[in-house]
Amino acid sequence: MQPFHYSRASSIPQALEIQAMAGQDRSRPGTAYLAGGTTLIDLMKLEVMRPQNVIDLRALSATHGAIGWDGTNLHLGAFASMAAVANHGDVIEHFPVIAQSLSLAASAQLRNMATLGGNVLQKTRCAYFRDPSWQACNRRTPGSGCAAIEGLNRQHAVLGTNDHCIASYPGDFAQALIALDATVTLSGPEGERRMPFAALHRQPQDRPDIETNLAPGEIITAFTVPAGPWTRRSLYLKVRDRQSYEFAVASAAVALEMNGRVVNEVRIALGGVATVPWRARDAESVLRGHTLDEARANRAAQAAFNGAVPRSHNAFKIALGQSTLVRALLDAASLEVSHG
Amino acid sequence: MNEEQDNNQPVSRQRRRFLVGSAQGGAAALFLSPLGNLGAAAPRKPASSEDIVSDARTPLPMTLEVNGKPHSLRLDTRMTLLDALRDEIGLTGTKKGCDHGQCGACTVLVDGRRELSCLTLAVAAQGREIQTIEGLANADGALHPMQQAFIEHDAFQCGYCTPGQILSAIGCVREGHADTPESIREFMSGNLCRCAAYPNIVAAVTQARQAMEE
Repeated sequence: MQPFHYSRASSIPQALEIQAMAGQDRSRPGTAYLAGGTTLIDLMKLEVMRPQNVIDLRALSATHGAIGWDGTNLHLGAFASMAAVANHGDVIEHFPVIAQSLSLAASAQLRNMATLGGNVLQKTRCAYFRDPSWQACNRRTPGSGCAAIEGLNRQHAVLGTNDHCIASYPGDFAQALIALDATVTLSGPEGERRMPFAALHRQPQDRPDIETNLAPGEIITAFTVPAGPWTRRSLYLKVRDRQSYEFAVASAAVALEMNGRVVNEVRIALGGVATVPWRARDAESVLRGHTLDEARANRAAQAAFNGAVPRSHNAFKIALGQSTLVRALLDAASLEVSHG
Repeated sequence: MNEEQDNNQPVSRQRRRFLVGSAQGGAAALFLSPLGNLGAAAPRKPASSEDIVSDARTPLPMTLEVNGKPHSLRLDTRMTLLDALRDEIGLTGTKKGCDHGQCGACTVLVDGRRELSCLTLAVAAQGREIQTIEGLANADGALHPMQQAFIEHDAFQCGYCTPGQILSAIGCVREGHADTPESIREFMSGNLCRCAAYPNIVAAVTQARQAMEE
């Protein structure tokens, strides 16, 4: 691990002040915010991340860690732990897809440590990204190439890829957020702003190393998720190489509003198969206003993977991703949902 | 060793390095004394302060509270809580397995919750109550119900993962996730056992849950 200067902030303004001052010191480039540390410390040990300044934001869990449900919106402080949100009664009852996406991720210890803000910013598990002995990785070293395109790419993405990067986005919670049209609140040097969660992550384009649209120094402080007639009939289906404590090979976040057997409204996002949290709007269009049966679900799943680009070892993800979405849709349609 | 030498340099030389640093940017003032930043306001210490640090490798003074006892240490910011427990404090019951948060061998209780000491910086664990396997038994030597249950159910072979399993299992019970064998398996999945003592671990956790709830 590279040496770094450590500092603690007990408020957002203090964090931004320290960050700004560190940014002025060209002798020690690179500043990272530390929250749960489950991604950052891991990648610092691997020397994939080499910040020379680390600003510890853990104390912000006291001021930015609340979970609130007001009957219209779910408010999630970005410094709430994954475990706290996964186990929260209102989240489980009103937003099951959110609770499931969190409880099916990582391990109990990691969920106790990791924060929501850090969770959505977690880095890809691409083995070439995580191992600096591989010279070619555009996500780690811009312009160096991509070792995965011609390498072992079973775990890699089939949606949202290009010739610069095919690394898959590893998270689960982000799929629930993008499916439910969440917004994210940010604090930065220029003040506070909100953006649709769907605008947070960037597809690789020609700079895979620029993973988000966060401005330098910005901190995620909260997520807001609006309730809809579909949010209670929602679920997260995660298919893995083993039953627990594993990243998704393919996953689907689904929320449905049914009128009998007809789909009034639907929200779909896919995980494990794309470079970023992936909203499947084409699949939603296939379902809206139609009777939901297996044939219609299959048509939606095919639409979801239109344009998918398989590589040498991951073509199975197209069929698996489609099957995952079909099962998620049919399971969600058959859920018993009370409207008390 | 370099850190020790740096630390023992005359104050005048430290001061000179500090002045060079601060001329390049004001950030130095905030990063010099990490412990000073615990308060609400960011301190700007005068250049004569003794805890001047311009080399990030210089050990920092810190206090860790482990099993109810404070330990005053000087540690590199890079040191994990796991290495501090084992190599600095001498509590080797907490085990290093993968060192990357994948195996659970290093699990300890932090403020009562199970966390991974290998992904926790020691410097960031200040002000938090850390409990390790050494802190579970009573002063009279009576084992914690989870320790006793692991012995009674032969819930290990080589024993290397066992301290982490036991701390994690206590967390699992406290979280309310030990009601069924299925739930225990799911919520203990962060603790790997290469000897595959899993059936006996599930039995031990089931027994200890009842004892802990009595």
